[in-house]
Amino acid sequence: MSAPFLEVNDLRVSFRTEDGVVRAVDGSSFNVAQGETLAIVGESGSGKSVTAQAIMGLLSRRSADISGQVVLDGSDLLALDDDEIRRLRGARMAMIFQDPLSSLHPFYRIGDQLTEAVRVHRKVSRKEARNRAIDGLRRVGIPAPEQRIDDYPHQLSGGMRQRVMIAMALINEPQLLIADEPTTALDVTVQAQITELMVELQKQTGTTLIIITHDLGVVADMADHVCVMYGGRVVEYGSIDDVYYRPAMPYTQGLLASVPRLDSDRNARLDPIPGNPPSLINLPSGCVFHPRCGRRDEVRGDLCVTTEPELLEVAAGHTARCHLTAQVHAEEVFGAR
Amino acid sequence: MPADSERVLDVRDLQVYFPVRSRGVFPRTIGQIKAVDGVSLHVEAGKTLGLVGESGCGKSTTGRAILRLTQPTAGSVELNGTDITNLSRRQLRPLRREAQMIFQDPYNALNPRQTIGSIIAAPFRIQGVEPPGGVRTAVRELLDRVGLNPEHVNRYPNEFSGGQRQRIGIARAIALRPKLIICDEPVSALDVSIQAQILNLLQDLQDDFGVSYLFIAHDLAVVRQIADRVAVMYLGHIVESSSREELYKRPLHPYTHALLSAVPIPDPEAQTQRERIVLGGDLPSPLNPPSGCVFHTRCFVAQDRCRTEVPIMRDMGQGHLVACHFPIEEQRIGEVIHGPDSGLTAPLEPEPGYFSESITDLGAVGTTRLDSANSTDEGI
Repeated sequence: MSAPFLEVNDLRVSFRTEDGVVRAVDGSSFNVAQGETLAIVGESGSGKSVTAQAIMGLLSRRSADISGQVVLDGSDLLALDDDEIRRLRGARMAMIFQDPLSSLHPFYRIGDQLTEAVRVHRKVSRKEARNRAIDGLRRVGIPAPEQRIDDYPHQLSGGMRQRVMIAMALINEPQLLIADEPTTALDVTVQAQITELMVELQKQTGTTLIIITHDLGVVADMADHVCVMYGGRVVEYGSIDDVYYRPAMPYTQGLLASVPRLDSDRNARLDPIPGNPPSLINLPSGCVFHPRCGRRDEVRGDLCVTTEPELLEVAAGHTARCHLTAQVHAEEVFGAR
Repeated sequence: MPADSERVLDVRDLQVYFPVRSRGVFPRTIGQIKAVDGVSLHVEAGKTLGLVGESGCGKSTTGRAILRLTQPTAGSVELNGTDITNLSRRQLRPLRREAQMIFQDPYNALNPRQTIGSIIAAPFRIQGVEPPGGVRTAVRELLDRVGLNPEHVNRYPNEFSGGQRQRIGIARAIALRPKLIICDEPVSALDVSIQAQILNLLQDLQDDFGVSYLFIAHDLAVVRQIADRVAVMYLGHIVESSSREELYKRPLHPYTHALLSAVPIPDPEAQTQRERIVLGGDLPSPLNPPSGCVFHTRCFVAQDRCRTEVPIMRDMGQGHLVACHFPIEEQRIGEVIHGPDSGLTAPLEPEPGYFSESITDLGAVGTTRLDSANSTDEGI
């Protein structure tokens, strides 16, 4: 494995609100190697989008308390000032958002928005920037880009707008691309188009990709590694095969069991995770998942309620935040009880 | 007809057109959006019909028109044998207790200024029904039934999570023990772990009360979990309908094939082995739908006939209905998605040109894709 291209160390983000301090991300750490695809999976409120925004420097320091390290290719992004990060953003790293309609300015032609993205970062003529924009639109499969470049966002369908967003994100050939729920707002048939497009473009450009999603099907399609988040923490990290076929954290196991699948035995009743996701203002003690965990009684004593488990290695390159993992380790070392 | 007596809902040739008016002082009607264009469906007592389609296909409008929340342009809706298409609001009111609705967005479907007790008691109040034991007891029982704490009766919707709010919406819908509930995307706004809870709850309620569902959704995996029969909609038309087993094992309409193959399976190995049909282009505008078969502009087996002749819904055996001139009867795609032993088999060898080559073909987006279909003529 090559040296990590992006390294996130003990990232913590909290927001002070009237109701209390919201610990949106509470100690999240992971690495991404150059050219690979990492999927960050989690439900709403798990901290996955805030993690992405922190990496991109999109959180205002006035409203958010951020600590930890985000090291991109050797430099700590959290230590940069606003001007420095603005120079990186859109050039070396870029982001695609869930809703392309609210990410494109409705009053400007898509061509203007694309050329602006070029000219902010590079000293090129208007003509040159426009040619780049046309090339970018062609690359994402927009037909007749020479004409479409003068369209306004409302003239395009949802799938087309998302293609424009991808074109804009890739126009300066960033080394890191973060896609936050890029296909969630789209229909399944269009979702399939966009997924294939992103996989294909990544193959061509070698961009490092972080995809943030709640859809385990999309992850299975795209990712090399998976990072499962719950309650602001990374609770499991591993290769896609580790996480899907050998999930170690009961939350991951529950998540995989609760998804209705086209290829499963339909008459089996779904096996949902009981209860509701935790409030980030008032997190449960010990392991954040313990109130919903079905395997708590396998852990000796009331460790789950009192002590937060560490992210421990299950196998090489596969970690999980669960006392069961520690227990298995202990049993291996000291023998069974 | 004796068979009809078991039908809770019988919809025939439903049309819902929305007029498009020109701007200005004297607006004229300059066109019509054919949101629903000749939909026929029925729901049997105690069963679930899944209505599947992408956004803009008219599935929600169908649901709303059935409850007369939107006025149908033509066609008939029979609820428990009574034709309700042309009843006045007053005549309709007593029938409302027979049919209820669960909405997609549990945040907007509940009045934020009412306690959940008041929200769930509303059906009793409006219909003037006095449940045995009184409204208060009934509300507490309903809360308990849908898995909420009856002590929370005086709380407001903002104190509940999305999944809990959907439970409140369900409690309100089942309060009067309706025969039919129209569920419009009831789980699509919920987190994965909560979706399964709500689907199980809906199934339990059906087992207990024998309620019928018209389950409107875009997620084929979710529909497969809950429906007995499935109808697939595209641009205002039902293109295929059959029993659940049939539809997922032996889809006939090319659109159903494409939809099924587009649903990602949360299994990395299975995903790499699956053959995909990626449809080019987007849904055409219902303002100006394509001639002939509405799907022909995106279809991978379309031929000349599809452009001119509207396909008629026909029965391919065992109540498997399809509206297509060239239904795909071979199992070649179906097997990839749903192998003989429900395991995932090796991918079948696709005919050249049969599946669209996603990226290279995207240049053809928005145009008719008949060229890629020509090479498959002999195969059909």
